Amino acid sequence: MLKVRGLNVYYGNIHALHDCSFEVNEGEIVTLIGANGAGKTTTLHSVSGLIPIHSGEIEFLGKSLREVPANKIVEMGLAQVPEGRRIFANLTVMENLEMGAYIRRDKQGVKQDYEMIFAKFPRLKERYRQVAGTLSGGEQQMLAMARTLMSRPKLMLLDEPSMGLAPLLVKEIFTIIQEINRTGTTILLVEQNANMALAIANRAYVLETGKIVSSGDAKELAASEAVRKAYLGG
Amino acid sequence: MGFLHEFLQQMVNGISLGSIYALLALGYTMVYGIVKLINFAHGDILMLGAFGGFFVLAAYGVTPLTFILALLVGMLVCATVGIVIEKTCYKPLRSAPRINALITAIGVSIFIENGARVVKAIGPNPKQFPTFKTVNFPIGDINISQIQIIVFVVSILLMFLLTYIVNYTKLGKAMRAVSFDRQAAYLMGINVDWIISFTFALGSALAAAAGILFASAYPQVEPYMGIIPGLKAFVAAVLGGIGSIPGAMVGGFIMGIAETLTKGFISSQLADAIAFGILILILVVKPSGILGKNVSEKV
Ligand SMILES: Nc1ncnc2c1ncn2[C@@H]1O[C@H](COP(=O)(O)OP(=O)(O)OP(=O)(O)O)[C@@H](O)[C@H]1O
Ligand SMILES: [Mg+2]
Repeated sequence: MLKVRGLNVYYGNIHALHDCSFEVNEGEIVTLIGANGAGKTTTLHSVSGLIPIHSGEIEFLGKSLREVPANKIVEMGLAQVPEGRRIFANLTVMENLEMGAYIRRDKQGVKQDYEMIFAKFPRLKERYRQVAGTLSGGEQQMLAMARTLMSRPKLMLLDEPSMGLAPLLVKEIFTIIQEINRTGTTILLVEQNANMALAIANRAYVLETGKIVSSGDAKELAASEAVRKAYLGG
Repeated sequence: MGFLHEFLQQMVNGISLGSIYALLALGYTMVYGIVKLINFAHGDILMLGAFGGFFVLAAYGVTPLTFILALLVGMLVCATVGIVIEKTCYKPLRSAPRINALITAIGVSIFIENGARVVKAIGPNPKQFPTFKTVNFPIGDINISQIQIIVFVVSILLMFLLTYIVNYTKLGKAMRAVSFDRQAAYLMGINVDWIISFTFALGSALAAAAGILFASAYPQVEPYMGIIPGLKAFVAAVLGGIGSIPGAMVGGFIMGIAETLTKGFISSQLADAIAFGILILILVVKPSGILGKNVSEKV
């Protein structure tokens, strides 16, 4: 579904991604793990068209994304829940969801999706008229995910959804991610919380200072000595 | 009685003038909200709008219908000009340091002013603006003129319309989203370029209306006529809290009222100095402006 080959990205002189190649197949949960500054966000930003890539190829559903503007990529069915939630804090919860549905033209379908979202995230329903900036961190993460779901993505990129959340909430978020996947959305999940990510993923890639250093079945990687040492605390 | 009478009279004058500043200030604040640029050419858009109205009214005479037509033509022309300026001058500089765009804006302003002087139809000399006959409606001792009423009513209607667009339409919500977080807006599939153009169009249309109202109240048009109102509206926007739409409206009225009260009670010559003094005072007390917040509620 998503194929990335030989991706190189620079920030000025900083070579942030070196020849990264990976792919995500339809129906999978794939996780990309790595330490702070490894280049995880840079990878997702490149795929979403937010930053220019130096060389390499990114293909989604057989089409190259290199010349596609970021907003058109969303229309193709590839949407992202960005790092740090990035909800529109000055808009209400409902308005945030409407922005998620910005590209949709099917009014009826959108209405149904609001119901579906409110069933999945009852806390958002209670607060739908509230200004989003006043939500708690966990609620903001749910809103960020709900907002992205409103575009009905085929592939959903998630950048550290567990960041800054209490363990119980992290569990809840991961359960929701699995649910989203079960209802037909393919997932590319970026995490520092490698334990949790590997537990729900089918396959995984490990990113270290801009290079993919290992990849494979999530369970096998979780068991491997090197990954345990580096990312799972021994 | 003398003092109260003078005070109320100047309040009436100030509210009318202030509503023009408010319309103009809205453009500054919306553009700043969305691209963080002080569009110094905004006052010149007012001038172009006034001339747009001038041509319509000069050709068809002044009737309520032609006045509405003049407003529509001026607003449409200026909305287009606003989009063209943004696309050609500001968009290429979007990722450049902000000072570059600022200097460009000053350049655009000078270009429009001098361009207008050269164009035959406009030219360097002031022209009489066709306007309604002066009719006064005395309320007690206070005089309210027909023009003041028209200015106020049209401004308030446009401000309601704008508030509605920004708060309740999909485009307005997208404007607020883009001004809050452009990258996140891209990730929602929002066509950010389009929204920015739309914002310039809205702001410029309001400036055109302000220009026609201004010229109806002070019936003269010339290429430099936008500079002083532009400056005052900019101050009004900063005063209200740049980026805040209600702030621009409040700031506009404060500027207008401060100006006329000073003229009435202190001195005509000092009016501008005192108006700007108020600005400095308010900004010392509250640097983010009256309704300005540090982060949220931009546009
Ligand atoms: N806008 C930028 N300009 C310059 N360098 C940047 C920029 N964004 C990221 N970098 C650098 O690129 C490298 C990768 O950053 P990136 O944000 O992709 O890491 P990450 O894996 O997402 O880290 P984290 O887990 O902390 O979010 C880092 O060294 C970072 O300093
Ligand atoms: Mg990151």
